[in-house]
Amino acid sequence: MHKFRRLRNLRIWVSLAFLFLISFIFLDPVQLISQRFINVVIWPQFVPSLLHFSVSVSFLASGFLSFMILTVFFGRIYCSSVCPLGTLQDIFSWVHRRFFAQKPLKYARARNILRYTILILVIVSFFAGFSILLNLLDPYSNYGRIMSNLGRPLVLKSSNGLAGLLEQQDIFWLPKSNFKGLRTASIAFASGFLLLIGWMSWSSGRLYCNTICPVGALLGIFSRFSLFRISLDKQACNSCGQCSKVCKAQCIDVKSKEVDFSRCVTCYNCLDVCPSDGAMYNLNRIKSEPVDDFHPDKGNQTRRNILKAVFLFSAFASLRAFATRIKGGEKPTEIPEDKKLFATPPGSSSHELFNRNCTACHLCVSVCPTQVLQPSFLQYGLQGFMQPFMDYHAGFCNFECDLCGQVCPTNAIQELEPEQKKLTQVGVAHFIKENCVVYTDNTDCGACSEHCPTKAVNMVPYQNDINPLLTIPEVDDKICIGCGACEYACPTKPYRAIFVDGNAIHKLADKPVQEEIKLIETEEDFPF
Amino acid sequence: MKRRDFIVQGVSAGLVAGTATGFGNLAQLAAAFPAQNLYDLVAVRDGEPEVMFDRAIASLGGMARYVKKGQKVVVKPNIGWDVVPERAGNTNPKLVGRIVKRCLDAGASEVYVFDNTCDAWNLCYKNSGIEKAVKDAGGKIVPGNTESYYHKILIPKGVSLKEAKVHELILSSDVFINVPVLKHHSSASLSLSMKNLMGIVWDRRYWHRNDLHQCIADLVTWKKPTLNVIDGYRVMMRNGPRGVSTADVVTMKQMIVSADIVAADAAATMIFGSKPEDIPHIRIAHEMKLGNMQLDKLSINRIKI
Repeated sequence: MHKFRRLRNLRIWVSLAFLFLISFIFLDPVQLISQRFINVVIWPQFVPSLLHFSVSVSFLASGFLSFMILTVFFGRIYCSSVCPLGTLQDIFSWVHRRFFAQKPLKYARARNILRYTILILVIVSFFAGFSILLNLLDPYSNYGRIMSNLGRPLVLKSSNGLAGLLEQQDIFWLPKSNFKGLRTASIAFASGFLLLIGWMSWSSGRLYCNTICPVGALLGIFSRFSLFRISLDKQACNSCGQCSKVCKAQCIDVKSKEVDFSRCVTCYNCLDVCPSDGAMYNLNRIKSEPVDDFHPDKGNQTRRNILKAVFLFSAFASLRAFATRIKGGEKPTEIPEDKKLFATPPGSSSHELFNRNCTACHLCVSVCPTQVLQPSFLQYGLQGFMQPFMDYHAGFCNFECDLCGQVCPTNAIQELEPEQKKLTQVGVAHFIKENCVVYTDNTDCGACSEHCPTKAVNMVPYQNDINPLLTIPEVDDKICIGCGACEYACPTKPYRAIFVDGNAIHKLADKPVQEEIKLIETEEDFPF
Repeated sequence: MKRRDFIVQGVSAGLVAGTATGFGNLAQLAAAFPAQNLYDLVAVRDGEPEVMFDRAIASLGGMARYVKKGQKVVVKPNIGWDVVPERAGNTNPKLVGRIVKRCLDAGASEVYVFDNTCDAWNLCYKNSGIEKAVKDAGGKIVPGNTESYYHKILIPKGVSLKEAKVHELILSSDVFINVPVLKHHSSASLSLSMKNLMGIVWDRRYWHRNDLHQCIADLVTWKKPTLNVIDGYRVMMRNGPRGVSTADVVTMKQMIVSADIVAADAAATMIFGSKPEDIPHIRIAHEMKLGNMQLDKLSINRIKI
């Protein structure tokens, strides 16, 4: 029906805009984009926003709530227009239909048991403390990983090639990147997921969204009771089946003239192609549904209940925020001396909270200016698979920088005030004298102390016969913040002479004491 | 590479003759500036960075003595750290800007500025104020953050350092102006002109593993900068090379300019309050005859503003 063409076009443009912007944020080779802009673009992403909300209730984290409410009114707008993975699937599906298709899409029955079982498993495992399932299935995070682990290396490789060509022309505005992010496990997972999603969407449209995706399943429950919905007008519809052929959710049953709106991703393709005004998008006329014929109020009642549920859900989510806050203040646990713990980024408060709230979307990995944040393999154990960790062999945490906390969409990494960031101790440096160049070679080194932003690693006189002027590192663990600059800079191989052991719960370091310098020289002359 | 070595040796020869320029103009220049009238080193104090540099370079015969029309110049400040100018971890941006401007005034075709930074390079370039100062002055700020910018050179006279990868601009430019900031350094005692050359190479870990001070001196056997300008306007007295806060910094308003890299470092060491012979790489460089740390043997112009 022609009047819905604009609606469909709007959906297409909005979804492409989100896809483009999100992709650009992850791929941006020269960090053109400001952190505020990133926040705005990522704001509506469902799972990150929900997790963020569950840690700190704020407008900034209300993206998921807005889209739950929108779902109750208009259906799964998130799935159609905002979810980047959804749009990616649409592109696969479109390419298939446009260039390869032997057969159009057709109605498929709902796989409710599968999708709701997965949803329940995700929810239960999440509240039991295992966020891994959510991380592996969340559509936004999967899209992020595809961009960060597969797209970004390609873009940086091309941009470096271009920079090289420009360099020969004496043009230097495009800098090269020293990319350190090739991580086998994450690349393998992202590739596998891309293949899976490509295969599923190629001829079956939004199959993932209606069988596996926990966000799709959850929003599907809400969209059952949407105010505005797509339906077939039993009188006007002549069962030509055009709508069903373009329905990516495969949810239009032309025979019975029923639309399974819980699976509908509101793409409006059906409305556009319907030749007879049979496909309608309007107020949920309960009367037309046979079930409700005898209870005209039932639909409205249910909707009200659903809206109540939305608010209860968010209230519950905020309750969890309160609970986790108490958890954050627990007495620090002792780190076993012989066990190396990898540090989590500053602002993540503790391993427990971080592992729980991070969906491994790798946005922080993509924007980190020093590349110290790298996707993990088993650094956090299986349950933190692919969550970023502080890899002090790839880089070190820039003292002045808090970009990861500023962009993190789930608030697994909270934004810190600059002064707070500089005192947040994510780990502590440990010095192994026997590995140190000063000890083994009796020559000056001090690379660790050079890079230390707080001078927690300080060079002190080293008593020895060969070279009495030598100094050797000493760590003051009270002012060490665990940024890893010392470990990164340490030149010894294969084992470094200084390394950072992560804190299970982040601490607050002391501020370095700075005495005034007394000026001895007052004469206004030259010393030579 | 052979050809480059040849050019570099030409430059070194020029320095010895007290003219310091690209290969080819020696006779002409020697006539214009008789060697005996020129200072080996200029020390300036109590002025703003731009004023001190202008006075120093004038007393050395003007920028035109070092930069000829159409030449490519590379200026290598210290941009190692993501700190603001007040922290004195990097060379003063006003000084860098003025040097770039004077090179262009002298007719340089291009003036490039880069460093192989320690902190994230783009943050260092930005927050040091040097990126802006260079652009404002008309120079080109160039990245040094990936290995592909660096090319292998051999250092036949090196003792510990026999080869290194050096930034392509050092290899391709006609004039090389070294602009370190004078500061305390936890590894090298002091960070000066010779130490600043660590920022033109890619792999610094090798230096730290293989007798740092010897490596610092070794690189100078390969190439000496045309001119060294040591920024002692703000001086980090402790906790170097990064510094912890502005409490580490004393405003001294000093500057040393010399083509003799060892002499320049020796003079700056005295200003800092240490003895040149106590800084191992200065002593080694002096012994390797890369320059003269005995300031009483040199002709020094002392300027107070």
